Amino acid sequence: MIPAIRIAGVTKRFRSLQALAGVDLEVAQGEFFGLLGPNGAGKTTLISSLAGLARPDSGTLEVMGHDVVKDYRAARLALGVVPQELVFDPFFSVREMLRIQSGYFGIRNNDDWIDEILHHLDLTGKAGANMRMLSGGMKRRALVAQALVHRPPVIVLDEPTAGVDVELRQGLWQFIRKLNQDGHTIVLTTHYLEEAETLCGRIAMLKAGRVVALDTTANLLQRFASHTLRVSLEEAITLAGPLAGKLLKTEGSTLEFGFDAFDEVADLLAGVRTCGGKVVDMVLGKPDMEQVFVGIMNQN
Amino acid sequence: MEGFKTLLYKECLRFWKVGFQTVLSPVLNAVLYLLIFGHVLEDHVQPYPGVNYTAFLVPGLVMMTVLQNAFANSSSSLIQSKITGNIVFVLLPPISYREFYAAYVLAAVLRATLCGIGVLLVSLPLTDLHFAAPGWIIAFTLMGGAFLASLGVIAGIWADKFDQLAAFQNFLIMPLTMLSGVFYSIHSLPAVWQGVSHFNPFFFMIDGFRYGFFGVSDVSPWASFGVVSVCFVVLAAITLQMLARGYKLRA
Repeated sequence: MIPAIRIAGVTKRFRSLQALAGVDLEVAQGEFFGLLGPNGAGKTTLISSLAGLARPDSGTLEVMGHDVVKDYRAARLALGVVPQELVFDPFFSVREMLRIQSGYFGIRNNDDWIDEILHHLDLTGKAGANMRMLSGGMKRRALVAQALVHRPPVIVLDEPTAGVDVELRQGLWQFIRKLNQDGHTIVLTTHYLEEAETLCGRIAMLKAGRVVALDTTANLLQRFASHTLRVSLEEAITLAGPLAGKLLKTEGSTLEFGFDAFDEVADLLAGVRTCGGKVVDMVLGKPDMEQVFVGIMNQN
Repeated sequence: MEGFKTLLYKECLRFWKVGFQTVLSPVLNAVLYLLIFGHVLEDHVQPYPGVNYTAFLVPGLVMMTVLQNAFANSSSSLIQSKITGNIVFVLLPPISYREFYAAYVLAAVLRATLCGIGVLLVSLPLTDLHFAAPGWIIAFTLMGGAFLASLGVIAGIWADKFDQLAAFQNFLIMPLTMLSGVFYSIHSLPAVWQGVSHFNPFFFMIDGFRYGFFGVSDVSPWASFGVVSVCFVVLAAITLQMLARGYKLRA
């Protein structure tokens, strides 16, 4: 099957900044794919290159097998992009804007689908409202609606939940999940690592314009994160022996250890006691994407 | 094609929604010029034999309105979209740079023509106007409007802020318009300035347009139309080249 997205050897330089330094990536059709990285890692430049908003210096990008430069019409028809910035056209109402956007993609009489999108995004009541009158969260959802008017098989969401409250965020993810279940390929960039962990089947991490990690979410968690044991002690202690090797971080008299199997917990607590520590509180933590992210970024 | 039609529709809807500012206000400005200059100079100036000054002034003002509004429409729409960031909505869809150019230019010509018709209609009761060669009136309206609309696309893409666009408008468009013979026939100028006027493409637009009303002009309408057409083709080629390269639009 043709990959939904194929990126090969893409480089892009903005004056002295090497924004993309040779990115190779493939996203299969139907995937929920996460693109993570710190600010300035090149995520938005990569998405912009895919969407034709930026032109790479070298390399090729394809959407559903269509080259984004040579066969840009087919590539753009296959792609829906929710931009990071909260942009809107102040001259138009939500419905006008969605009709216009449909027309740009060659679609007339698109009101049935527009109504469905508005319903799912909880914007039906705002269809006639001018874009200026919408709250930040509504504008964000209107941007999602705009990206979907032409029913693209591939949808890229560049930090779609920035500034959206918890309830709306949940609703938005429910809708995006449904689109994914219906067969749409989703590519997501986000700074909310929990979201990426929960939603994405596979994740790529970018740093300084390079892919520094690419694997399934489960594999990344297994390889780069461990369970944690966080113990608060009556007084700070000095650790010795193998116990020190398990220590992830220290905050005053609170210690955080990493472990793989639960039967190690008893040994860790015994070790703390041996070093003279008296436990006053204890919390167990699951492996999470934050650990993976920090670990990979520090490695590279 | 549907993308082009929609972009054209959207550009027209955009100016129509603020019609007071984009159509009525330029008409009012031109009519004020007509009333004031016409009143003051009517008895002192006769540019062509048998043509009174107010009648002479009307075509100049109509064309000035056409040119200024063609420029204003494409340039302001583009810079607003760039500054607010909503230009991405036009850049993400499968719209070619040629369709992009054609939509912005046609919408600007349409607004310019509406403004021009507005000035003409309001002026008709105020003076005795003839339409000696209506074909030239239409030809110069469309070609002059397209020329300025192209210049507006260039300015809108080039400018990063409203201040730069204002500079383009005030230091280039305005002087070239004012010094093009809107208010006078170049035969009333010293020989040197008559020569200088021939380097101003706006002069040919106004002069040729005026020929359409009186059948009299400083330069042959064919020559004027030739100059304006060549200027338009050169400018269109430059604009299309900028758009094809994605200059300041696609990083």
